[in-house]
Amino acid sequence: MNLKNLKKNRDHLGRKSALNRGMAAAWPICLGYAPIGLAFGVLAQKAGLSPLEIGLMSVIVFAGSSQFIAVSMLAAGASTVSIVATAFIVNLRHFLMSSALAVYLKNSDRKKLTFFSYGVTDESFAVNLTRFRESDWDLNSALVTNFTANITWFITTVLGGFSGQFIPAHAFGIDYALVAMFICLLVFQLKGSIYVFTALIAGIFAVVLSILIPGNSYIVIASMAAAAIGVILKKKAASGGGN
Amino acid sequence: MVSSEYLAVIIGMGLVTFLPRWLPLVYLTKRNLPAWLVEWLDLIPAAILSALLLPELVTGGAPRSMDLLRPELMAAVPTFLFAIFTKSLGGTVIVGMFIFWLVGKLF
Repeated sequence: MNLKNLKKNRDHLGRKSALNRGMAAAWPICLGYAPIGLAFGVLAQKAGLSPLEIGLMSVIVFAGSSQFIAVSMLAAGASTVSIVATAFIVNLRHFLMSSALAVYLKNSDRKKLTFFSYGVTDESFAVNLTRFRESDWDLNSALVTNFTANITWFITTVLGGFSGQFIPAHAFGIDYALVAMFICLLVFQLKGSIYVFTALIAGIFAVVLSILIPGNSYIVIASMAAAAIGVILKKKAASGGGN
Repeated sequence: MVSSEYLAVIIGMGLVTFLPRWLPLVYLTKRNLPAWLVEWLDLIPAAILSALLLPELVTGGAPRSMDLLRPELMAAVPTFLFAIFTKSLGGTVIVGMFIFWLVGKLF
């Protein structure tokens, strides 16, 4: 077989496998989103939103926790400005996640990056970053993962809005799907003592701060501080000691 | 029908949610980042995953308070061990769900 054919073959395989690989990577996310999406739809419907309004929010915002908060604020008659400001603060953590992902996406196509960034959530970030770091993951596969998760979120939230009640809400421990996924993805990140140390500091900071300050800003503060301490310790270990 | 007030809310939310997701990806991918920033960003995933996870396991209620008897925490220990030994994401999700379901039945 000549080289040209081989390359053509590979490109074709590449496109097809991006779809397969992206969807295969997304399934734990979808499993976790389904019950949360249904629950959100039910709650939003009870707060007076129609399935159309629910679907629009899931497409335009696509950020679970801030959607829950927005619905309860809408029901309480909060102002537009206060709802938008709250969403901003709640979702600021994605700034950190996109920054960490950017390291692996040097000089990528701007349009693809824009679509990809739309789908950055806690869950897709964790899955994609793990893949980028350990294998030959590419932007196309990552895009498929994000959109598969996005579509699942859209469908389940709208479905919840139609049904108006919890479809098997707590069946088979499904509420634990995302927690279990995060546990495993955290294990993947612990590739050396410095990572274990950073994770421990971040976890302890996060627990303490989550009790002391309302809202979810503890996530950003704890991670930034822990990573900074990690960098300093790494420097110290490299310069001092000598071994 | 969708009111213009509601549209204003979700478009506003969409914008302030999209910008923090988008800005780093379009700007940081065009530049050479200083070494310290790359090192810092390299530690961010471990930090952020731990910061997302641990409060879910050991705190509960609103406002949050410490609670070490949560089924989330009890199920997390065997799930964590399973993840360490198998390194299987799909397996961990399924086993974790099963253990959590079991813990709910037992306690």
